[in-house]
Amino acid sequence: MKRLFPILSVVTAILLAYALYQALVVAPTDAQQGEVYRIIYYHVPSAWTAFLLFFINFIASIQYLVSAKASTKKAADRIVIAIGVVGVIACFLPAVQKLIPAGMRPSAVATTVLLIPIFYVAIGKLFPGQRLDVLAVTSAEVGVVFCTIVLVTGPIWARPVWGIWWAPGDIRLTSTLVLWLIYVSYLVLRRFSNSAQTQMLAAALAVFGALDVPLVYFSIWFFRTQHPQPVIGGGGSMDPRMLQVLVINWMAFLCFAFLVCWSRFRLELLHREIEEGHALESLVGSGVSAKASLPLGRSSR
Amino acid sequence: MNAVKFLFAAYIATWVIHGVYLGSLVRRFSRLRQQAKEVKASGFRRSAPGFPRED
Repeated sequence: MKRLFPILSVVTAILLAYALYQALVVAPTDAQQGEVYRIIYYHVPSAWTAFLLFFINFIASIQYLVSAKASTKKAADRIVIAIGVVGVIACFLPAVQKLIPAGMRPSAVATTVLLIPIFYVAIGKLFPGQRLDVLAVTSAEVGVVFCTIVLVTGPIWARPVWGIWWAPGDIRLTSTLVLWLIYVSYLVLRRFSNSAQTQMLAAALAVFGALDVPLVYFSIWFFRTQHPQPVIGGGGSMDPRMLQVLVINWMAFLCFAFLVCWSRFRLELLHREIEEGHALESLVGSGVSAKASLPLGRSSR
Repeated sequence: MNAVKFLFAAYIATWVIHGVYLGSLVRRFSRLRQQAKEVKASGFRRSAPGFPRED
Protein backbone atom coordinates (compact mmCIF):
# COMPACT_ATOMS: atom_id res chain seq x y z
CA MET A 1 0.00 0.00 0.00
CA LYS A 2 2.89 2.35 0.79
CA ARG A 3 4.24 1.91 -2.73
CA LEU A 4 0.84 2.38 -4.31
CA PHE A 5 0.42 5.94 -3.04
CA PRO A 6 3.43 7.49 -4.86
CA ILE A 7 2.57 5.57 -8.04
CA LEU A 8 -1.02 6.83 -7.92
CA SER A 9 0.22 10.36 -7.17
CA VAL A 10 2.37 10.36 -10.32
CA VAL A 11 -0.49 8.92 -12.43
CA THR A 12 -2.89 11.56 -11.06
CA ALA A 13 -0.41 14.39 -11.73
CA ILE A 14 -0.02 13.21 -15.34
CA LEU A 15 -3.80 12.88 -15.69
CA LEU A 16 -4.39 16.38 -14.27
CA ALA A 17 -1.79 17.88 -16.63
CA TYR A 18 -3.38 16.06 -19.58
CA ALA A 19 -6.85 17.23 -18.51
CA LEU A 20 -5.60 20.82 -18.26
CA TYR A 21 -4.10 20.58 -21.76
CA GLN A 22 -7.40 19.19 -23.06
CA ALA A 23 -9.37 21.96 -21.34
CA LEU A 24 -7.22 24.87 -22.51
CA VAL A 25 -5.98 23.71 -25.92
CA VAL A 26 -7.95 20.78 -27.38
CA ALA A 27 -11.56 21.66 -26.43
CA PRO A 28 -13.22 23.87 -29.06
CA THR A 29 -14.11 27.47 -28.24
CA ASP A 30 -17.75 28.13 -27.39
CA ALA A 31 -19.60 30.12 -30.06
CA GLN A 32 -21.51 32.27 -27.54
CA GLN A 33 -19.24 32.61 -24.49
CA GLY A 34 -15.83 32.42 -26.15
CA GLU A 35 -12.85 31.24 -24.10
CA VAL A 36 -14.33 31.93 -20.67
CA TYR A 37 -16.66 28.92 -20.95
CA ARG A 38 -13.58 26.73 -20.28
CA ILE A 39 -14.21 27.38 -16.57
CA ILE A 40 -16.78 24.58 -16.97
CA TYR A 41 -13.91 22.05 -16.97
CA TYR A 42 -13.07 22.94 -13.37
CA HIS A 43 -16.45 24.15 -12.10
CA VAL A 44 -18.63 21.16 -13.07
CA PRO A 45 -16.18 18.31 -12.18
CA SER A 46 -15.61 19.99 -8.79
CA ALA A 47 -19.39 20.09 -8.21
CA TRP A 48 -19.83 16.42 -9.19
CA THR A 49 -16.90 15.39 -6.97
CA ALA A 50 -18.32 17.37 -4.04
CA PHE A 51 -21.74 15.72 -4.50
CA LEU A 52 -20.12 12.28 -4.60
CA LEU A 53 -18.15 12.96 -1.43
CA PHE A 54 -21.23 14.27 0.40
CA PHE A 55 -23.07 11.14 -0.75
CA ILE A 56 -20.29 8.97 0.71
CA ASN A 57 -20.51 11.02 3.92
CA PHE A 58 -24.28 10.42 3.98
CA ILE A 59 -23.94 6.64 3.57
CA ALA A 60 -21.10 6.41 6.12
CA SER A 61 -23.13 8.48 8.61
CA ILE A 62 -26.20 6.24 8.21
CA GLN A 63 -24.03 3.15 8.61
CA TYR A 64 -22.43 4.65 11.72
CA LEU A 65 -25.81 5.54 13.26
CA VAL A 66 -27.39 2.14 12.65
CA SER A 67 -24.31 0.12 13.59
CA ALA A 68 -24.80 1.04 17.26
CA LYS A 69 -27.42 -1.72 17.56
CA ALA A 70 -27.29 -5.08 15.72
CA SER A 71 -31.07 -5.30 15.21
CA THR A 72 -31.24 -1.75 13.83
CA LYS A 73 -28.38 -2.52 11.48
CA LYS A 74 -30.13 -5.59 10.14
CA ALA A 75 -33.38 -3.68 9.60
CA ALA A 76 -31.54 -0.75 7.92
CA ASP A 77 -29.69 -3.14 5.57
CA ARG A 78 -33.00 -4.63 4.44
CA ILE A 79 -34.64 -1.21 4.01
CA VAL A 80 -31.78 0.16 1.89
CA ILE A 81 -31.69 -2.91 -0.36
CA ALA A 82 -35.50 -2.71 -0.72
CA ILE A 83 -35.24 1.01 -1.63
CA GLY A 84 -32.71 0.13 -4.32
CA VAL A 85 -34.76 -2.69 -5.87
CA VAL A 86 -38.15 -0.90 -5.67
CA GLY A 87 -36.60 2.37 -6.86
CA VAL A 88 -35.04 0.81 -9.96
CA ILE A 89 -38.27 -1.01 -10.88
CA ALA A 90 -40.34 2.17 -10.27
CA CYS A 91 -38.18 4.20 -12.66
CA PHE A 92 -39.48 2.11 -15.56
CA LEU A 93 -43.20 2.33 -14.63
CA PRO A 94 -45.11 4.78 -16.87
CA ALA A 95 -46.84 6.44 -13.88
CA VAL A 96 -43.48 7.19 -12.23
CA GLN A 97 -41.83 8.22 -15.50
CA LYS A 98 -44.37 11.05 -15.78
CA LEU A 99 -42.95 12.49 -12.54
CA ILE A 100 -39.37 12.49 -13.85
CA PRO A 101 -38.46 15.97 -15.18
CA ALA A 102 -38.39 16.41 -18.95
CA GLY A 103 -35.00 15.66 -20.45
CA MET A 104 -33.94 13.39 -17.61
CA ARG A 105 -33.57 9.78 -18.67
CA PRO A 106 -35.30 7.12 -16.48
CA SER A 107 -32.22 4.89 -16.90
CA ALA A 108 -30.05 7.67 -15.40
CA VAL A 109 -32.41 7.98 -12.40
CA ALA A 110 -32.47 4.16 -12.00
CA THR A 111 -28.65 4.04 -12.04
CA THR A 112 -28.49 6.76 -9.37
CA VAL A 113 -31.04 4.89 -7.20
CA LEU A 114 -29.08 1.65 -7.68
CA LEU A 115 -25.92 3.35 -6.42
CA ILE A 116 -27.51 3.80 -2.94
CA PRO A 117 -27.53 0.07 -1.94
CA ILE A 118 -24.25 -0.58 -3.80
CA PHE A 119 -22.43 2.19 -1.89
CA TYR A 120 -24.20 1.23 1.33
CA VAL A 121 -23.05 -2.41 1.17
CA ALA A 122 -19.55 -1.56 -0.10
CA ILE A 123 -18.91 1.10 2.57
CA GLY A 124 -20.28 -1.18 5.31
CA LYS A 125 -17.91 -3.99 4.26
CA LEU A 126 -14.81 -1.87 3.63
CA PHE A 127 -15.06 0.43 6.66
CA PRO A 128 -16.11 -1.50 9.76
CA GLY A 129 -16.73 0.08 13.18
CA GLN A 130 -15.04 3.40 13.93
CA ARG A 131 -13.61 3.55 10.40
CA LEU A 132 -17.10 4.58 9.25
CA ASP A 133 -16.80 7.74 11.32
CA VAL A 134 -13.28 8.33 9.99
CA LEU A 135 -14.62 7.98 6.43
CA ALA A 136 -17.48 10.37 7.22
CA VAL A 137 -15.22 13.17 8.47
CA THR A 138 -12.77 12.58 5.61
CA SER A 139 -15.39 12.79 2.86
CA ALA A 140 -17.06 15.83 4.46
CA GLU A 141 -13.82 17.79 4.72
CA VAL A 142 -12.62 17.04 1.18
CA GLY A 143 -16.18 17.62 -0.09
CA VAL A 144 -16.18 21.10 1.49
CA VAL A 145 -12.91 21.88 -0.33
CA PHE A 146 -14.47 20.94 -3.69
CA CYS A 147 -17.70 22.77 -2.85
CA THR A 148 -15.61 25.88 -2.03
CA ILE A 149 -14.10 25.67 -5.51
CA VAL A 150 -17.60 25.52 -7.00
CA LEU A 151 -18.63 28.62 -5.05
CA VAL A 152 -15.48 30.51 -6.06
CA THR A 153 -15.31 29.56 -9.75
CA GLY A 154 -19.08 30.05 -10.24
CA PRO A 155 -19.09 33.81 -9.59
CA ILE A 156 -15.83 34.23 -11.57
CA TRP A 157 -17.64 32.62 -14.53
CA ALA A 158 -20.90 34.49 -13.90
CA ARG A 159 -19.32 37.97 -13.96
CA PRO A 160 -18.33 38.04 -17.68
CA VAL A 161 -21.33 35.94 -18.81
CA TRP A 162 -24.26 37.27 -16.72
CA GLY A 163 -22.74 40.65 -15.87
CA ILE A 164 -23.10 39.96 -12.12
CA TRP A 165 -21.05 38.01 -9.60
CA TRP A 166 -24.02 36.48 -7.79
CA ALA A 167 -27.76 36.25 -8.49
CA PRO A 168 -29.44 36.88 -5.11
CA GLY A 169 -32.42 34.59 -4.54
CA ASP A 170 -31.42 32.15 -7.28
CA ILE A 171 -32.35 28.71 -5.92
CA ARG A 172 -29.35 26.87 -7.42
CA LEU A 173 -26.81 29.31 -6.08
CA THR A 174 -28.49 29.73 -2.69
CA SER A 175 -28.97 25.99 -2.12
CA THR A 176 -25.31 25.36 -3.00
CA LEU A 177 -24.25 28.03 -0.48
CA VAL A 178 -26.55 26.45 2.14
CA LEU A 179 -25.04 23.02 1.38
CA TRP A 180 -21.55 24.44 1.94
CA LEU A 181 -22.66 26.08 5.21
CA ILE A 182 -24.23 22.82 6.46
CA TYR A 183 -21.01 20.87 5.93
CA VAL A 184 -18.87 23.67 7.37
CA SER A 185 -21.10 23.57 10.49
CA TYR A 186 -20.64 19.76 10.52
CA LEU A 187 -16.86 20.22 10.60
CA VAL A 188 -17.11 22.99 13.20
CA LEU A 189 -19.26 20.71 15.38
CA ARG A 190 -16.65 17.98 15.21
CA ARG A 191 -13.84 20.43 15.86
CA PHE A 192 -15.21 22.22 18.91
CA SER A 193 -17.70 19.88 20.62
CA ASN A 194 -16.35 18.07 23.68
CA SER A 195 -19.39 15.86 24.17
CA ALA A 196 -19.04 12.09 24.09
CA GLN A 197 -21.99 12.14 21.68
CA THR A 198 -20.21 14.33 19.10
CA GLN A 199 -19.81 11.54 16.57
CA MET A 200 -23.50 10.59 16.80
CA LEU A 201 -24.62 14.24 16.60
CA ALA A 202 -22.36 14.88 13.60
CA ALA A 203 -23.69 11.75 11.86
CA ALA A 204 -27.28 12.91 12.43
CA LEU A 205 -26.45 16.39 11.10
CA ALA A 206 -24.79 14.81 8.04
CA VAL A 207 -27.91 12.74 7.27
CA PHE A 208 -30.11 15.88 7.32
CA GLY A 209 -27.47 17.94 5.51
CA ALA A 210 -27.33 15.45 2.66
CA LEU A 211 -31.00 16.15 1.93
CA ASP A 212 -29.84 19.45 0.44
CA VAL A 213 -27.81 17.65 -2.26
CA PRO A 214 -30.89 16.52 -4.31
CA LEU A 215 -32.35 20.03 -3.87
CA VAL A 216 -29.19 21.55 -5.36
CA TYR A 217 -29.10 19.04 -8.18
CA PHE A 218 -32.77 19.13 -9.17
CA SER A 219 -33.35 22.84 -8.54
CA ILE A 220 -32.62 23.73 -12.15
CA TRP A 221 -35.35 21.37 -13.32
CA PHE A 222 -38.06 22.43 -10.92
CA PHE A 223 -37.40 26.19 -10.53
CA ARG A 224 -36.69 29.09 -12.85
CA THR A 225 -33.07 29.96 -12.22
CA GLN A 226 -30.33 32.10 -13.71
CA HIS A 227 -28.11 29.01 -13.71
CA PRO A 228 -28.06 27.19 -17.08
CA GLN A 229 -29.62 23.76 -17.61
CA PRO A 230 -27.39 20.72 -16.92
CA VAL A 231 -25.02 19.76 -19.70
CA ILE A 232 -25.71 16.04 -19.28
CA GLY A 233 -29.10 14.35 -19.01
CA GLY A 234 -31.04 17.60 -18.96
CA GLY A 235 -31.80 18.09 -22.61
CA GLY A 236 -28.79 20.36 -23.11
CA SER A 237 -26.83 20.02 -26.33
CA MET A 238 -23.10 19.90 -25.75
CA ASP A 239 -20.49 19.33 -28.42
CA PRO A 240 -19.22 15.72 -28.08
CA ARG A 241 -15.61 16.98 -28.02
CA MET A 242 -16.45 19.32 -25.13
CA LEU A 243 -18.23 16.49 -23.32
CA GLN A 244 -15.21 14.23 -23.75
CA VAL A 245 -12.90 16.86 -22.24
CA LEU A 246 -15.36 17.37 -19.39
CA VAL A 247 -15.32 13.64 -18.58
CA ILE A 248 -11.49 13.54 -18.75
CA ASN A 249 -11.32 16.43 -16.29
CA TRP A 250 -13.80 14.75 -13.98
CA MET A 251 -11.78 11.52 -14.00
CA ALA A 252 -8.63 13.51 -13.18
CA PHE A 253 -10.35 15.31 -10.30
CA LEU A 254 -11.82 12.04 -9.02
CA CYS A 255 -8.33 10.51 -8.87
CA PHE A 256 -7.06 13.64 -7.12
CA ALA A 257 -9.96 13.55 -4.62
CA PHE A 258 -9.26 9.87 -3.95
CA LEU A 259 -5.62 10.61 -3.11
CA VAL A 260 -6.54 13.56 -0.88
CA CYS A 261 -9.17 11.43 0.91
CA TRP A 262 -6.63 8.66 1.38
CA SER A 263 -4.17 11.10 3.00
CA ARG A 264 -6.89 12.65 5.18
CA PHE A 265 -8.08 9.16 6.22
CA ARG A 266 -4.56 8.19 7.33
CA LEU A 267 -4.22 11.50 9.15
CA GLU A 268 -7.44 10.86 11.07
CA LEU A 269 -6.37 7.31 11.98
CA LEU A 270 -3.01 8.59 13.24
CA HIS A 271 -4.78 11.30 15.25
CA ARG A 272 -7.06 8.74 16.92
CA GLU A 273 -4.14 6.42 17.71
CA ILE A 274 -2.36 9.31 19.46
CA GLU A 275 -5.56 10.24 21.34
CA GLU A 276 -5.83 6.63 22.51
CA GLY A 277 -2.16 6.69 23.50
CA HIS A 278 -2.76 9.83 25.58
CA ALA A 279 -5.90 8.30 27.12
CA LEU A 280 -3.93 5.16 28.01
CA GLU A 281 -1.20 7.28 29.57
CA SER A 282 -3.67 9.19 31.71
CA LEU A 283 -5.42 5.96 32.77
CA VAL A 284 -2.13 4.35 33.75
CA GLY A 285 -1.04 7.57 35.45
CA SER A 286 -4.22 7.65 37.55
CA GLY A 287 -3.85 3.99 38.49
CA VAL A 288 -6.87 2.76 36.53
CA SER A 289 -6.51 -0.56 34.73
CA ALA A 290 -5.34 -0.14 31.16
CA LYS A 291 -7.82 -2.84 30.21
CA ALA A 292 -10.66 -0.36 30.80
CA SER A 293 -12.46 0.81 27.68
CA LEU A 294 -10.85 3.89 26.15
CA PRO A 295 -12.69 6.95 24.90
CA LEU A 296 -12.42 7.10 21.14
CA GLY A 297 -10.67 10.09 19.66
CA ARG A 298 -12.54 12.90 18.00
CA SER A 299 -11.81 14.33 14.60
CA SER A 300 -8.40 15.71 13.79
CA ARG A 301 -7.64 19.22 14.95
CA MET B 1 -8.94 39.28 -23.67
CA ASN B 2 -10.87 40.49 -20.63
CA ALA B 3 -12.80 37.17 -20.47
CA VAL B 4 -9.54 35.18 -20.58
CA LYS B 5 -8.53 37.02 -17.40
CA PHE B 6 -11.57 35.47 -15.65
CA LEU B 7 -10.72 32.03 -17.04
CA PHE B 8 -7.20 32.11 -15.62
CA ALA B 9 -8.48 33.60 -12.35
CA ALA B 10 -10.84 30.61 -11.93
CA TYR B 11 -8.10 28.06 -12.70
CA ILE B 12 -5.59 29.75 -10.39
CA ALA B 13 -8.19 30.06 -7.60
CA THR B 14 -8.92 26.32 -7.87
CA TRP B 15 -5.29 25.35 -7.43
CA VAL B 16 -4.71 27.91 -4.70
CA ILE B 17 -7.61 26.37 -2.69
CA HIS B 18 -6.27 22.83 -3.26
CA GLY B 19 -2.74 24.01 -2.39
CA VAL B 20 -3.85 25.63 0.86
CA TYR B 21 -5.75 22.49 1.87
CA LEU B 22 -2.85 20.17 0.98
CA GLY B 23 -0.52 22.46 2.94
CA SER B 24 -2.79 22.19 5.99
CA LEU B 25 -2.75 18.38 5.66
CA VAL B 26 1.06 18.32 5.53
CA ARG B 27 1.27 20.60 8.60
CA ARG B 28 -1.16 18.40 10.55
CA PHE B 29 0.75 15.25 9.51
CA SER B 30 4.08 16.60 10.71
CA ARG B 31 2.56 17.77 14.02
CA LEU B 32 0.90 14.38 14.62
CA ARG B 33 4.10 12.49 13.75
CA GLN B 34 5.90 14.56 16.39
CA GLN B 35 3.17 13.75 18.92
CA ALA B 36 3.33 10.05 17.99
CA LYS B 37 7.08 10.07 18.69
CA GLU B 38 6.44 11.63 22.11
CA VAL B 39 3.79 9.01 22.96
CA LYS B 40 6.16 6.23 21.88
CA ALA B 41 8.98 7.74 23.94
CA SER B 42 6.77 7.87 27.04
CA GLY B 43 5.90 4.20 26.39
CA PHE B 44 9.62 3.34 26.46
CA ARG B 45 10.04 5.11 29.81
CA ARG B 46 7.14 3.11 31.22
CA SER B 47 8.63 -0.21 30.11
CA ALA B 48 12.03 0.70 31.58
CA PRO B 49 13.27 -1.27 34.63
CA GLY B 50 11.99 0.13 37.90
CA PHE B 51 8.97 1.80 36.32
CA PRO B 52 5.69 0.64 37.93
CA ARG B 53 3.87 -2.04 35.93
CA GLU B 54 0.61 -1.05 34.24
CA ASP B 55 -1.51 -3.64 36.03
